[in-house]
Amino acid sequence: MRLKRFLVLCFHLLLIIVAMCFLLLFLVIPLFVVFFNAFSQGISIYAGNITRKETIESILLTLKILLIVLPLNTVFGIACAWYITRYTFRGKKLLLTFLDLPFTVSPVVAGTIFVLLFSVNGLLGEIVEKWNFQIIFAFPGMVLATLFVTFPFVARELIPIMEEQGQEMEEAGRMLGASTWQILLKITLPNIRWALFYGMVLCSARCVGEFGAVSVVSGHIRGKTITVPLEVEILYNEYNLIGAFCVASLLCIIGIISLIFRKWIEKRDPLHLYMKTYKYGD
Amino acid sequence: MRILNKKTVLPGYGLSLGITWLYLSLIVLLPLSTLYIKVFSGSLNDFISAVFSLRAIKAYQVTFGLSFVSACINSFFGFLVAWVIVRYKIPFKGFWDALIDLPFALPTAVAGISLTWLYGPRGWIGSFLEANGYKVVFTPIGITIAMIFVSFPFAVRTIEPVLRDLDPEVEESARCLGASRMKIFLKIIFPTIFPSILTGFTLSFARAMGEYGSVIFIAGNQPLKTEIAPLLIVMRLEEYDYHGSASIAVFLLTVSFLLLLCLNFIQFWNKRYSGIT
Repeated sequence: MRLKRFLVLCFHLLLIIVAMCFLLLFLVIPLFVVFFNAFSQGISIYAGNITRKETIESILLTLKILLIVLPLNTVFGIACAWYITRYTFRGKKLLLTFLDLPFTVSPVVAGTIFVLLFSVNGLLGEIVEKWNFQIIFAFPGMVLATLFVTFPFVARELIPIMEEQGQEMEEAGRMLGASTWQILLKITLPNIRWALFYGMVLCSARCVGEFGAVSVVSGHIRGKTITVPLEVEILYNEYNLIGAFCVASLLCIIGIISLIFRKWIEKRDPLHLYMKTYKYGD
Repeated sequence: MRILNKKTVLPGYGLSLGITWLYLSLIVLLPLSTLYIKVFSGSLNDFISAVFSLRAIKAYQVTFGLSFVSACINSFFGFLVAWVIVRYKIPFKGFWDALIDLPFALPTAVAGISLTWLYGPRGWIGSFLEANGYKVVFTPIGITIAMIFVSFPFAVRTIEPVLRDLDPEVEESARCLGASRMKIFLKIIFPTIFPSILTGFTLSFARAMGEYGSVIFIAGNQPLKTEIAPLLIVMRLEEYDYHGSASIAVFLLTVSFLLLLCLNFIQFWNKRYSGIT
């Protein structure tokens, strides 16, 4: 009996060790590699690499894209979640399926779509040429591609929370004579603020790190259409390994900050943790 | 609730409807439909020759085959990790829990160069493997590793909540009635979480199939050998073969839609199976 108990204990320990080894090998070490290589030549080389003109330009461009994409997706997220959770209508299932699209469509396909649409012999190419307004291989195209891959992040976080909270409060507010904006600003937004914040963090992280879609539409024009992840690729392809890892470490830091933010929000908002059933975890 | 909703007093129906559909149409539906228009405005022969050229077929084999392998590995380890996180008291649980989401937070290009260095001839794991005669970088094994990395969270995060919600009383009563641990696992735990394992598998597969950023660094991108389908789309674009690239994109997109359909079906089946409505 005692031996059996010991064996069972050993089995449990083995499970834990195997799981942890897997996490270490596949997740911790790759993250560590980035910082190890970035700092392998010393702090001064690191500082020199991340303050190069090209790097600064790419950071500014990424921030510019984020500043456009995040507000748009937030407004869409609130409107879409309100529409889906507060009304019944035909085609709700279809709409929810559309919100899943960016999770299953390859980012490369997303980028390709915009190239086909706006390139010279594309469907809208003539109009673009007539107005002499460059979309593909320029800033607007990169914004569009980023919008495509990040649009549902805020909405997807808000929908389960708003569904769970119900609409009694808003209805009561309406009965007492509150206007549309009063209901939105004084009832709905305070109720969903943590979920909203969570969605915005997810959206920003994805926006900053997006590679596939942006790479297709960017055209890789130095100083013009290079975002931070593309800068990493360029440096890597120029065999400037240390430089690539230095810039990559910046992205890692942003990723880690977003992870910490998410854990912090989950602690602040127990309902959110409860609702965290993930995309399809039914 | 649903019936009451029909006569709602809440304002903003028109506004939210307008914003939602306008945004969705401009950003997603219109661009997506142009892809199909582009393909079907060309001749069917061109479409078939683009989608089923030798290079494309080899690329699908690499993409789908390795996505399948990585989804299998992810389902196994995803279940294991979810089990350990939910069932055991382990030190630094918050750290491990946050770590699982790392591939979502880390840009794919960063993961790509990091894994390529790590498994390359100068990396810690790669130098050791190469001394023993194994090559990982620029081979299908390398592609699989990158795919495992990017799609791992899906496998864990779909299984974890179901495992957490599992009622301990069921297991306790089975134990009291004399079932062995193995029997409890096979007859109670596994059937309950099986649908979520399937969901996690499908999601991982879909994610791995579309992955571009991390794979292109580690793959070596040799046509017919280690070229993935998303890369082939980009290659065709760079050759200005827009129709060819659109055709392959349509093919991949259709597979994605089928996977979405599968997911909905699994959920439907799961609900009927578990009796939750």
